[in-house]
This record gives sequence, C-alpha cells and structure tokens, in this order.
Amino acid sequence: MVVAMWAAVAAAIVPLCFILADVIAKGIGQLSAAFLTQPEPFVVTATGGGFGAGVRGTIKMVALGTVASVPIGVLAAVYLSEYQPRGPLATVVRFIADVMTGIPSIFVGIFVFTAVVLETHSFSSWAGGLALGILMLPLIVRTSEEALRLVPGTLREASLALGVRRWRTVVSVMLPTALPGITTGILLAIARAAGETAPLLLTAFGNQLLVPWTTWNGPEAALPLEIYFDSRSPFPAQQARAWTGALVLIVGVFVLALTARFVVARRSRVRA
Amino acid sequence: MTATQDGTPGGPPTALPAGRPLAHQRGRPADVLFRFATAACASIVLILLAGMLVRTTWAAWPAFQHSGIGLVTSNNWNPNTSSFGGLSFIYGTLLTSVIALVLAVPVSILIALFVSEVAPPGLGTPLGYLVDLLAAVPSVVYGLWGVIVLVPFLTAYVWLPLSRHLGFIPLFSDFASGRNFATAGVILALMITPIISAICREVFRTVPAEERESALALGATRWEMIRLAVLPRSRPGIVAAVMLGFGRAVGETIAVAYLIGGVPNKITLHLFQQGSTVAANIALQFNEAASLPLFKASLIALGVILFIITLLINMAARFVIRRTGQAPV
Repeated sequence: MVVAMWAAVAAAIVPLCFILADVIAKGIGQLSAAFLTQPEPFVVTATGGGFGAGVRGTIKMVALGTVASVPIGVLAAVYLSEYQPRGPLATVVRFIADVMTGIPSIFVGIFVFTAVVLETHSFSSWAGGLALGILMLPLIVRTSEEALRLVPGTLREASLALGVRRWRTVVSVMLPTALPGITTGILLAIARAAGETAPLLLTAFGNQLLVPWTTWNGPEAALPLEIYFDSRSPFPAQQARAWTGALVLIVGVFVLALTARFVVARRSRVRA
Repeated sequence: MTATQDGTPGGPPTALPAGRPLAHQRGRPADVLFRFATAACASIVLILLAGMLVRTTWAAWPAFQHSGIGLVTSNNWNPNTSSFGGLSFIYGTLLTSVIALVLAVPVSILIALFVSEVAPPGLGTPLGYLVDLLAAVPSVVYGLWGVIVLVPFLTAYVWLPLSRHLGFIPLFSDFASGRNFATAGVILALMITPIISAICREVFRTVPAEERESALALGATRWEMIRLAVLPRSRPGIVAAVMLGFGRAVGETIAVAYLIGGVPNKITLHLFQQGSTVAANIALQFNEAASLPLFKASLIALGVILFIITLLINMAARFVIRRTGQAPV
C-alpha cells in the first residue's frame, strides 16, 4: 500500500518536475531585460524582441483587478465575520462566494464581453482588468474572512470594553491583526489572475503593440495571451518566445505563491 | 482550520453577539454607515452572480430562440448553415472530465493518505506543498507543455502501444491523432489532482484521533486503521472533493483547447480521436464568430449552459461539505 502511495506521489511530482525542467530548458535562452520590455517584432520569422507588451498588460490588468476586488472583498469579509456571521445574508454570500471560486474563467470572460465589450464596442484593458477582478473577488472574500476569524476574540472585546466604536475596532484592531492572512489571500488571488488566459481572450483580446501605461480603451496584450498566440504559430522564433514567456509567467506565479506561503508561515509562528 | 478554533476560549464565532451592537453604540452614524458599507459589499457578490446570469442569457437569447433545445440535443454544429447543435461539445466535456477523474481520484486519495497518515510530518508537509504547486501552474503553460512535450511522449509510448495491443477494445481502437480525448483527459487529471488531494487532506485531518487510536489499540495495522477509521468517516468529504475536481475539469478551457484537437460533431467511444469540449470550443471559435451575430450568440449560449452545469456541480459539492461540517475549504 505504501508502494502505491509513493507511486501516486511520483505520478504528481514527476510531471511537475518535467514541466519546470522543460520550461527552463527551452525558455532560458531568450531571457533578457529586453524580453521583459520590448514588444514583438512585426516580422513573424524575426528573432529578438520580447513580451514587453504582455508583461505590461498583465501588470496593468492585474493591478486594476486588485484595486477593484480588494476593497469590496475585504469589506464583504468584515460583514461575514463581524456582523451577523450566522445571518441569512452572510450564509448565502459565503455559499455563493464558495461556489463562485469554481465557475469557469471563460464564463467570466463571456460576461465581461457582453457587459463591457459589446456596450463600449471595443476590447479594452478595462474589460480585461474587470474580468480578472471578478475572478479574484470570491477568493479574497473567503480568505479574508478566514483571516479575520482567526483574530482572538479577546482583542475585539478589549477594544470594545475600552469604549472604542465598532467600526474603529474593525479598522484599528481586527484588520491590522488579520493583515498577514488577508495579504496571503490577495497574493494567491493575484497569482491565479496573472495566469488566466481564457477570460482575457474575450476581453483584452491581445495586441502586438506596446500600449502606453495610461491608455486603457483599446485592445491590450497579456503575458498568457502572447504565450497562447505564439505557441500556436508555426515559426520557430515565435515558439521560442512562447517558452520564454512561459518561464517568466511560471516564475512570477510561483514567487507570488511562495511569498504567500512565507507570510502564512510567519503568521503561524507568531500565533504559536 | 476553523473547525479546531470553534469552541476554544475566545474563539471568534462565539465571542460576542456580533449582530447586536452595545446599547450606547446603536445608532451612531459612523457605525451605521460602516455596517451598511460592509453589507453592501457582501451583497455585491450576490448581485454579481445574478447579473452575470441575466446579462449573458440576454445576449444568448437569439441562439436559444433559433436552436431551442437542439442546442444541447442535436449533434450538428455547422455555422455555415446556421446549425448550432452542441451535443458533441457536451459529450467531449463529459468524456474528458470522466477520464480525468478516473486517473486523478485514486492518485489524489493516495497522495492525501500518504501526506496526512503515513509520511512523517517532516516529509509529508513539503510533499504536500510540492503537489499544491501543480495547482499554481497556469493553464496556458499546461497547454504549451502538453502539446510540445506530452503529446509526442504519450503517442509514442502509451497511446500507440495501447491501440496496437488492446485495439480489440473499442476505447483504444482507431488511433487518429496525438491530440485527442485521452490526452486532454490526462492533462485535466494533472490539473485537478492538487485540488482533490488538498481537500482530502483537510478531510482526513478532521477524523478524531480517538477513532484512529481505538482502531490501532484493537490491533489494526496502519492500513486497516485507514480502512476502518479514516475512510468511512471521510466518505462525504471525498465525494465533495471529487465533485469540486469534476467542476474544475468541466470548466477548464485553454489547456484543453490545445490538446483536444478542436473538431466539432465528434461523438465516439474511440479515445484516441480528436473532438472538442464546450469551453474549448468557445475559446477556439469566438474570434471567427465576431461578424456573425447568431454564431456568437450560440457560443455565448454554450457558455451559459456550461456556467449552469458547473454552478450545479459546485453547489452540490458545497452542500455536501456544509452538511458534514468537514473541510472548511
């Protein structure tokens, strides 16, 4: 039985190692500072250039998604943990947030396509960022609620007993204490959003040009989109760039995920 | 994690009658405003879900009117003749997801048992982290790696030998392409294994130590203890984990779009043939559909159907979890 268990662990970890090894081996060659800042050359067979447009687009859209989802998500979590945690609204919201973490990301793309792209008659960075924000929201609600629940009740009681108002208690005592846990949740949500391709396909659409930081009204590239398009190309130069893009994306996502783990580890040491 | 927190002194849920502010605080404008703001933000989650369903259904309405129930019962998807029967996509979605479950469920349960019951904590915890990292790999990377590395490998060493030696079984006969139902199922299995095993791990952790110890005290071996104490108690949690994994496999888009071949109207038992799934087909055909309103509405309609299916699967899974009180995932 232990042999079967070892085999099962190997069945998961061996492919992981192969994915990492292949992405590094095929991607490291083109990696350079220029790859992260330059757009792709217009000639499909040309080497050089990079996914600068996608890197910038991903940063812009993930930032918008974060700005849109974090305040709403954290405040919703405050309601779920501080006010009426067993009330009907909290029960339904918690259930729906759980369910929403599992809905297909392409459906969120379809929704934003109908609600934003069709209305404004244009693919845009706005639409892409909004789609990522919708995907992040339920994750942030649930992880922030868990973090707030782990704050010892005695802290809240001490604050209230000193005559501090409830909102002030939440803002000055509960949220700062839960901050490491909330940060962990936000980082994991960012990691998930940064790797999404399907919703951006229908909202940001992709773009070969480097879009200025301040322009949000037109189609924009994203790192996963550029990987997706270039990997389906028959030209070796584009395929090579796709692998390097995959390396950049996977390193970015893993750094976020491991940072989140590190924050969790620090928090649990404090609690112990 | 919260399960162990409940009931401890000062444990949050029982700490204060949270809904009722103290008498002297009631009605202070700042408190009322703050409470209203949090309630409004909580409601946004509900409004969002309802809004998504309504807006997309509205956009898909022409397709529902045009095709009716044929959208899911007819196996004829041909945009050139305005035939939009998506049965083959639903078939492909179910077939690839079932293949993924067949491969991933035993593996995930064994991993979870190993990490939580058998391995020493110094080994189990890092192994658990490593398996969790599989969930962090973006689906576009799975797709790229799958198409360039996995397809040639599986074709040469697994699919072709299977179809050569076991070709008398219809499942394995008539090999057509390395991009097929089976390959898509394998990549989906990789993607849902970390999800299922993480939930199973949490579920096994909720089995009381007394039950393990009584089994061991009665002379059970470690395996018998797992079979007698751990697994029976965990059955609802495992069922929920499998359903959540199923929901994820059904909705996965990009990795499958790379690996399934993208051929509509294919309903066959032969696993080594190309096909398509609901999600993959939306991603693959959406841009072609840009100038054809009915085509686009039909794809959106497929999206609505996919959404409702995954919603029901996820709701059922969460319901099972809530009922048993296991795995606060």
